Amino acid sequence: MAEQEETFHTRIWDEIPEPDNPFAAASCYCHGYDVYGDLLGKASWVEYLYLLFYGERPSPQQAKLLEGLAIALANPGIREPSVHAAMSGGAGGSTNASCLMAALAVGAGQLGGAHEVYRAMEYWQQCRCNLDTWRELLLHPPQEERIDIWQPMEHPAGFDPHGASCPTPVRQTLNYLAEISPNEHLPWLQAQRDALEHTVDLPLAMSGVAAAAFKDLDLSPEQGEMLYLILRLPGAAVHALEQKKAKGRRFPFFTHAIHLANDPGPFTVKQTVERSTI
Amino acid sequence: MSGFSALSSAENHWATYMGAWFPGERVVYRGKDLFHELKHLSWMQLYLYGITGHVFTEKQAKLFEGMWALTTSYPDPRLWNNRIGSLAGTVRSTGTLALSAAIAASEADIYGGKPILGAFNFFIRAKGKCDQGIALRTIVEGELDKCRTISGYGRPIINRDERITPLLDLAKELNLADGPYTQLAFAVEEVLLQGRWRMRMNVAALAAGLAADQGISEREYYLIAAPCFTAGIIPCFLEANQRPEGTFLPLPCNRINYSGNPPRKWNPSES
Repeated sequence: MAEQEETFHTRIWDEIPEPDNPFAAASCYCHGYDVYGDLLGKASWVEYLYLLFYGERPSPQQAKLLEGLAIALANPGIREPSVHAAMSGGAGGSTNASCLMAALAVGAGQLGGAHEVYRAMEYWQQCRCNLDTWRELLLHPPQEERIDIWQPMEHPAGFDPHGASCPTPVRQTLNYLAEISPNEHLPWLQAQRDALEHTVDLPLAMSGVAAAAFKDLDLSPEQGEMLYLILRLPGAAVHALEQKKAKGRRFPFFTHAIHLANDPGPFTVKQTVERSTI
Repeated sequence: MSGFSALSSAENHWATYMGAWFPGERVVYRGKDLFHELKHLSWMQLYLYGITGHVFTEKQAKLFEGMWALTTSYPDPRLWNNRIGSLAGTVRSTGTLALSAAIAASEADIYGGKPILGAFNFFIRAKGKCDQGIALRTIVEGELDKCRTISGYGRPIINRDERITPLLDLAKELNLADGPYTQLAFAVEEVLLQGRWRMRMNVAALAAGLAADQGISEREYYLIAAPCFTAGIIPCFLEANQRPEGTFLPLPCNRINYSGNPPRKWNPSES
């Protein structure tokens, strides 16, 4: 008896094969919509993106919110570590994929990165729009006894531990997104920003705005983390390409920035005896 | 607000104890001259030194190397991380991209990074409680009540772990198999087998016990283990890369088992 073929289970994607080739799809359905036969040309990029993640097409307000967020996140700028990482790949002529992988790896982190967004969305799940609950959580964050590959947060998620005040682009993004959001989290964050910042004595960061926006789009922390990773890649890509084109010329090497605290000095024969302890 | 003073003081200033390159002259590696003082070390010894700042003996390095060789180097492309290597090979991506992505993916919930770290962490916590006089059975029950699982015990696919005997044999050959954490690993298995759980130890527990007995911290162990799947990934990439392109386990459309929304129309007026 032939072994039953294993299949990939999905609630997102279906394909109908071409009559002459079972390995080529004639039709591709995303959550029921015929992508190439119907959706293409009708849906916008952000509508399709939302459909992929959420399973339903967005309302016009949701699509506008996602589009605004996508623009706000598309390029964190060349000083931002994930973009710096991508440029470091580009400067040396690394593969384009590795530049984006570098941006993903660094941009995945917990300081301005995707896992901070994940943590902030967990805060939202727990606190909703209740200021007292937020205050309690921010002042007494939960401590895990079990260790994780992700180290404990060193600052409240969604806030900038090195900030002096909430930067203008963060406020501009929050104000715009709160204005167009069809949901309650962004407007609440806008209204309570001062109170929250006062609680932690830190300014709100872009990651905190993104977390609230993803919450207003009814996405889970995992979905928010993924989308944040995706939406910040365009900037990493173009800056890596720019450095690649320049072949590393004029890309800072930080020539004088490294200060060796335990320099043993040039090795001498005499030191062979002195340092033969290992 | 504390502000940016920490950033200002670090601008263009990175004080390091880890090392630096003096072009055309020398390299300092954690306070030692790489070309003179560390040249006798194997790569594994240097790797361990880079993580811990301590020089491990050849036997200890061989133990860690043996952990990788015997327990995480299965060149089977069905395994999820290896499959990434094979898929990269069949579509003619590069070997380095394949390896990087597969290693990154090895930091997983049910194998690799999290169980590796989790088992070590459990032993540190459990031994601390044992030293306070708490019975091991109570510790095990408490962990299961709280977390439902204990990293290093039970296995995703099969209950018996064929890697334990070879790794334990190696550790015995090196006279590194009798430490307190290794003994604790077996003692926990005894508790789990006697109880209703019927869970056996998997190799993550044994490896964690052996590693903890070498005096490293859990974060050091995590970093030591990071490249441990390398030798299994590369052959998978290689073979798929050498065969005709696209022929590694290709999928016809009927291998998709769809259970989502039925076909529907995208009506522009709904936007």
